[in-house]
Amino acid sequence: MSEDLYQNDLLRLAAEARGTGRLQAPDASVTLDNPLCGDRITLDVQLAAGRLSALGHEVRACVLCQAAASVIGRHAVGETPARLRAVAGEVRALLKPDGGPATPSAWPEIAAFQPVAAIRSRHVCVELPFKALVAALDAAAPEGGDA
Amino acid sequence: MTFQPEALPAALRRQFPLLGRTVHGQPLHYLDNAATSQMPQSVLDAIANHETTARANVLRSVHFLAEAASAAYEESRAECARYLGAGVPEEVVFTSGCTGAINLVAHSFGDGRGPGDGRGPGDGLGPGDEVLISELEHHSNIVPWQMLRQRRGIVLKALPVTDDGRLDLTHLPRLVGDRCRLVALTHASNVTGAVTDVASVVAAARAVGAKVLLDGAQYAAHGPLDLPALGVDFYAFSGHKTFGPNGVGVLWARGEILADMPPFLGGGEMIRRVTIEATTYAEPPHRFEAGTPPIAQAVGLGAALRWIRGLDQAAVQAHLAALTRRLLDGLAALDRGRGLIRVIGPGDLAARLPVVSFTVTGAHPHDICQILDRHGVALRGGHHCAQPLMDRFGITGTTRASLACYNDAGDIDALLAGLEDAMARLRVGTGASGLSNP
Repeated sequence: MSEDLYQNDLLRLAAEARGTGRLQAPDASVTLDNPLCGDRITLDVQLAAGRLSALGHEVRACVLCQAAASVIGRHAVGETPARLRAVAGEVRALLKPDGGPATPSAWPEIAAFQPVAAIRSRHVCVELPFKALVAALDAAAPEGGDA
Repeated sequence: MTFQPEALPAALRRQFPLLGRTVHGQPLHYLDNAATSQMPQSVLDAIANHETTARANVLRSVHFLAEAASAAYEESRAECARYLGAGVPEEVVFTSGCTGAINLVAHSFGDGRGPGDGRGPGDGLGPGDEVLISELEHHSNIVPWQMLRQRRGIVLKALPVTDDGRLDLTHLPRLVGDRCRLVALTHASNVTGAVTDVASVVAAARAVGAKVLLDGAQYAAHGPLDLPALGVDFYAFSGHKTFGPNGVGVLWARGEILADMPPFLGGGEMIRRVTIEATTYAEPPHRFEAGTPPIAQAVGLGAALRWIRGLDQAAVQAHLAALTRRLLDGLAALDRGRGLIRVIGPGDLAARLPVVSFTVTGAHPHDICQILDRHGVALRGGHHCAQPLMDRFGITGTTRASLACYNDAGDIDALLAGLEDAMARLRVGTGASGLSNP
């Protein structure tokens, strides 16, 4: 329900805009568009010693997409690519109509997106930054090669 | 039917059963008519009656139901012709929608190689031939021509748009040259509501022998047309934006052009004779209606156009102009001179449809629409399948209210109240949100 969508947590996350800005020398950059509305995210990643060492993003999008990118900006650095892919999976699961994961994510802010599950047309808004993150990791550290 | 202006929306609303429902516990304020308009009871009844008394395939079998279905289908074609002022039902081709109609032209007229002598309109376009579109177009009137460019090597040119969202026709002399073969423009913008000055376009095209296609997706719902008087060669529109069902649209084209065009899709119904070696094709319009057509949808479309023709057009236009004025004034009042709300389109009522798009600094259209949905207000947010126009204005999307004859002042006031709430919740203009929205 939209009353829940625009509660303070999501607005605050979006306003914080963690991780905004581009990296000077990323290992991979990905730009993804939301075909529904034309929103766009460009996300840069840099890896070192098998972990994400730096991340930057530019988002031209709605509150939901900005908030999702901000959550990534807050937590992703220091994580392994495998862990980040798992978090993206948690977000996908959260948005399924039958509910989210049984155990809360290590990224507690993800729970703020739970109300979006009921609004199918907005799933892509939340997922776009996570898809960009996974695509950037795939480019910089293909699955199976990130250990 | 004739109504006093103040009674018009109430009398019309009663004919639309869906408008009586609530959304999120609120009365429904349906202002997304540019995407899909609702169907009156007479159209719903026509579809139900067809499906329960005459459902059969058309133009094939000889049994009673098939005869009834064929008669209903062809009567709907005749109704379309009457609505378009064409008078000749054979110039009306049923398609899957407006997009299907434009794609049909892009393939059959664009690729050509029709049955004529090689010098007619069905000869097709070739490398260097030009098609003129505009920055104002829906993707449906851009992408088919880009695809034709890939197939045939045509040159695609685009008419610019003025700052108030109208076609800038001062560029016509520069852009319509000797190689121009087709001018394909919207009759009215689905974003700005601006109505095209067709006479100027037709004059420019005729001067170089080019054909004219109008995308009537938005305009067609606003009253019967006189296509011969407009002077165009092709006209496309859809059923679901003209108070009819989804899944059906119309391509109207001049008879001599249709006769010279090859088919687009192949299959049953569009043939004269098939052998393993070759096929000869049916005459228009059936040459362009391969396979089983959308029969009940066509019947519903005929009923919808008949319903529109029964309206007091002057009263409807006056009513919609008043509502548009109320909306534009309301947006200005809400803005309070802060420059936060920007209307993308004409700020006046001259030559415009009741389609109002706007941006709100610091608030994304989808966030606005989501909050207004809780107020029972149905709007459209996004690029409206007009990304080149968004680029022209340096934005990613707009919030759009599009009105139909059944809308009333209560709908506009609900929109404005909801927008005020959305701006407050999204902290627009407070400098506190820090959001990076367009």
